[in-house]
Amino acid sequence: MSQSPSFMARALGHRSFVIGATLTLLLLGAAALSLVWTPWSPYEIDMAAKLQMPGAEHWLGTDPFGRDVTSLLLVGARNSILVGVIAVGIGLTVGTALGLLAAARRGWVEELIMRLADFTFAFPAILSAIMMTAVFGAGIVNSITAIGIFNIPTFARITRASANAIWSREFVLAARACGKGPWRITIEHVLPNILSALIVQATIQFALAILAEAALSYLGLGTQPPQPSWGRMLAEAQTLLFQAPLLAVFPGIAIAMAVLGLNLAGDGLRDLLDPRLARKR
Amino acid sequence: MGLFLFKRLGTLLATLLGASVVIFLVLEILPGNAAQILMGPDASPEAVQALAVKLGLDLPPLTRYWQWVSGLLVGDLGISYSYSTPVLELVLERLSLTVPLALMAMALTTVLALVTGIYAASQHNRTGDVGTMALAQIGIAVPNFWFAILLILFFSVQLQWFSAGGFAGWDEGVVQGFKSLLLPAISLAVVQAAILARITRSAVLEVLREDFVRTARAKGLSRRATLWGHVLRNALIPVITVMGLQFANLLAGTIVVENVFYLPGLGRLIFQAISNRDLIVVRNCVMLLAAMVIVVNFVVDVLYAVIDPRVKASDI
Repeated sequence: MSQSPSFMARALGHRSFVIGATLTLLLLGAAALSLVWTPWSPYEIDMAAKLQMPGAEHWLGTDPFGRDVTSLLLVGARNSILVGVIAVGIGLTVGTALGLLAAARRGWVEELIMRLADFTFAFPAILSAIMMTAVFGAGIVNSITAIGIFNIPTFARITRASANAIWSREFVLAARACGKGPWRITIEHVLPNILSALIVQATIQFALAILAEAALSYLGLGTQPPQPSWGRMLAEAQTLLFQAPLLAVFPGIAIAMAVLGLNLAGDGLRDLLDPRLARKR
Repeated sequence: MGLFLFKRLGTLLATLLGASVVIFLVLEILPGNAAQILMGPDASPEAVQALAVKLGLDLPPLTRYWQWVSGLLVGDLGISYSYSTPVLELVLERLSLTVPLALMAMALTTVLALVTGIYAASQHNRTGDVGTMALAQIGIAVPNFWFAILLILFFSVQLQWFSAGGFAGWDEGVVQGFKSLLLPAISLAVVQAAILARITRSAVLEVLREDFVRTARAKGLSRRATLWGHVLRNALIPVITVMGLQFANLLAGTIVVENVFYLPGLGRLIFQAISNRDLIVVRNCVMLLAAMVIVVNFVVDVLYAVIDPRVKASDI
């Protein structure tokens, strides 16, 4: 990935990338800020202040336990990022390794890995998480693991397709002629050349991980109390739709903004890193 | 076509078999003792052992797996631990809600996506295209369960046109039944339609650039006739592939959306079974959902070959 001024200039001129990157930075900023400061404690219950409307004291109001919604949203951002980073990390590490192995070895190894990847698609993240929860109980670790496992075949497929294209290039042939083995070629030539495709996919999977975690937490299978989570905030808000409808609005906006930002940033990166795709779109 | 179908059927069976092994391993072998999970951590070892014998959990894993799979083939899914009724009865009862819901959502998705995608492609780079694609981008980012809550807020709390949840039942009449499923189907469809609309637009634009489209136009065919007669058939290939993948998301989505609307479908049954530690229901429901995804992908593969004969030729 080139970091030259021309890349920066192109990035700043790409409208959807700028919007996406801004929203993603806002998400990261909110999570970072919550580490050092929140307007109120997100864990402190104050029944006297319950269900307040947005105002000067509580910018986005309070929940049925009197907790400040802004503070809950800020800490919730941290939770979403944690889930995204680990779940994408699992998929990226294992999936990329399997994809590289498939491209380097070809033959039955490739066939086996790809058929396994196809097979894993029969278990959407929620279904895998449900199985894990039924056995090991609800919790953030199980939901992260389930989302991470779901990410593995996606990365394996992308890696194998991109790596196969690189393996057929002349510079790889030259490297082989120089006596380099498949593993050295994979590390020195293939991996650096497919990084941009992996970064784009990681951004998109990050957004999907946030959505999956929110859904699992909404169902009560993900993040557990008292840790704030956007999905669980929505579940709690749903029981109070008649008294405090706004409670069901803010966490949803936070999720949508985070996912929109990551998707736009991913789309923008794809255009910027592979201009041929941009021309096709 | 015969060899193609034969190979695909082989893959279908192998995948179904693989899915059953994974589900069995995860739900029956990995946790160590299903009876302990069922009775909770405070149960005495004697009680756990007695339950294990009653449920046949003391039998060797291979025997238990064979009993389960052979039962599946003849429709004997066992007896639910918590409901004390045959699992097949429970599942069939719940499917009478989940299947119409998924089909309604898929139909809505297809109509919305095709209309929007084709419209956007026909308006390429004009306001209509930019506007619809911006809306699609937002649609993809919205979690379906939040959209469902917003629909309840607007149509049930504000306008009071629909009930906020629950299912009237098919006995109350088909219209009443479909009315109960309309908001859930819309909330499932909008997000999927946003994804499919983008794919449809790209596919149509891709085909519009092909030489045969230029030839069709050059021989005097109208724009509309070219679009419907030549472009759409070719553009449908990637669209159908994505629709197959989306069906999996849609089924997974029903688990969440049924809980938002308190609908007594398969998704809610799984969820209640987890709360009740009813592993036999969880196992069969997860197998059923996975089988539905696998079969739909098989149908998509076959459809793919019907639409594009090159797929079949290259496969053989």
